[in-house]
Amino acid sequence: MSELNELNDLYREVILDHARHPRNKGALPSADRKAEGYNPLCGDRVILTVKLDSGVIADVRFEGSGCAISTASASILTETLKGKTEAEFSGLFDKFHTLVTSGGEAPATASEWGKLAVFEGVREFPMRVKCATLSWHTLKAALENKQEPVTTEE
Amino acid sequence: MRRDFPVLQQQVYGKPLVYLDNAATSQAPQAVIDAMNRFYLEYRSNVHRGVYHLSERATEAYEGTRVKVRKFLNVASDREIVFTRGATESINLVAHSYGRKFLREGDEIVISHMEHHSNIVPWQLVCGMTGAVLKVIPINDRGELIWEEFEKLLGPKTRFVSIVHVSNSLGTINPVKRIIDRAHEIGAKVLLDGAQAVSHMRVDAQKLDCDFFAFSGHKLFGATGTGVLYGKSELLNAMPPYQGGGDMIKLVTFEKTTWNDLPLKFEAGTPNIAGFIGLGAAIDYLEELDFEAAIRHERELLVYGTKVLSTIPRLKLIGTAENKTGIFSFVLENIHPHDVATILDREGIAIRAGHHCTQPVMQRFNIPATSRASLAFYNTKEEIDALARGIYKVLEIFK
Repeated sequence: MSELNELNDLYREVILDHARHPRNKGALPSADRKAEGYNPLCGDRVILTVKLDSGVIADVRFEGSGCAISTASASILTETLKGKTEAEFSGLFDKFHTLVTSGGEAPATASEWGKLAVFEGVREFPMRVKCATLSWHTLKAALENKQEPVTTEE
Repeated sequence: MRRDFPVLQQQVYGKPLVYLDNAATSQAPQAVIDAMNRFYLEYRSNVHRGVYHLSERATEAYEGTRVKVRKFLNVASDREIVFTRGATESINLVAHSYGRKFLREGDEIVISHMEHHSNIVPWQLVCGMTGAVLKVIPINDRGELIWEEFEKLLGPKTRFVSIVHVSNSLGTINPVKRIIDRAHEIGAKVLLDGAQAVSHMRVDAQKLDCDFFAFSGHKLFGATGTGVLYGKSELLNAMPPYQGGGDMIKLVTFEKTTWNDLPLKFEAGTPNIAGFIGLGAAIDYLEELDFEAAIRHERELLVYGTKVLSTIPRLKLIGTAENKTGIFSFVLENIHPHDVATILDREGIAIRAGHHCTQPVMQRFNIPATSRASLAFYNTKEEIDALARGIYKVLEIFK
């Protein structure tokens, strides 16, 4: 694959769109779960607030600042996870990690993944995996009710 | 001259490498690599203890570097040159050894807002241990120290000033001679963090009259894991060892240990022998190259680069001090530095993106991070043009 194609793969229109116009950005005043994530290497921060309803993620929003990849990841994550159960998130968490890091395994089909499939290009940029997964780790911490901020270096 | 640096001859992603992360680590010339290889191929052995040929050669080469560093910094005695693992360890050595012995509760240590974390955290640790207090000189919007504020911080409690010579994230060259003179007037000692200075200018430690000067070998075209601490002998003599073991002792019994003389008192354990031999070769290389001419070339690049980057839309330079070295720290409107660095990387251009271990500087300018292109004398105007083309590509992707 040429370098240009790889770059286009990383910065797909969907990612650029979500980076420019992030969805679900802001605080959730009625949240009953909250966690902060931090990437000490670049200083990026994200705060996830979650409203749960009988084990279902009824609402989730994010705050903070980061690069295009981390902002788009948080934005698409919040869009995707609304209405899903904690168990479904847990399954997706592992799959997403595989999607952005796997060296050989074929990615899941686009239809299964929805918008999350656009992050497949991250695997060609190992230094950016932490950007893509920061909000996922933070949401996991929020659901587990962890009080300590999570960092990408754990 | 550029051909002397093997790393620079390669292509990255099919494009000629443009290496602009010299503030993090500069590249080593072939002469340095050869000197280190010779150690491994011909006389790898430990220093100071062996009574055989190889060890004598190793000791001679290792100690030869100490002489070269002494001349390079123009200090009075080889005994005042302590080898460490890097500038960070040099600063930690002073903070822990001098600080713990001579600083008391209520004493004040002055640093600046533009310090690298390695010239902040060791002093915070010492403050925690001794009850000393850290005071911070603020900086203006150009990234220069505010002299009047420095004056206000100085007082009868000021015992130590630890200040960066050249800022790694802003490029600012601080008026260190003036700072040292002023600090000495009130009886404070001064350490200069010279990590970013030594490869960009002549440093004369005696003329500056600094009490301590720290730098890293890998930023001076040498090996990683090598560092230097210069200290005035009367101060080093008065300081206790920082680490124990190996060459730092004369005599050990379970009742009492006698420290070795300077500088070995501060060199516990087997050092990075090959690395220091490489550092000696790097200093030789700079002298043979005509270091002054190299500095002049780099200054021209700074002027050229500032002009070129200033014309790029949505780009703002962070750090525009009147007196600065070849560091271009910049932000692009609404584009994160990590995205900038990734796109430039695919153009073969290596820059740093992040907070550069100077988070207080980022807080001062209210930004999370910057993109930083930093020069060495082997860089060219063509490489700055390539950087500009790369930035335009970033702007195109994020239009």
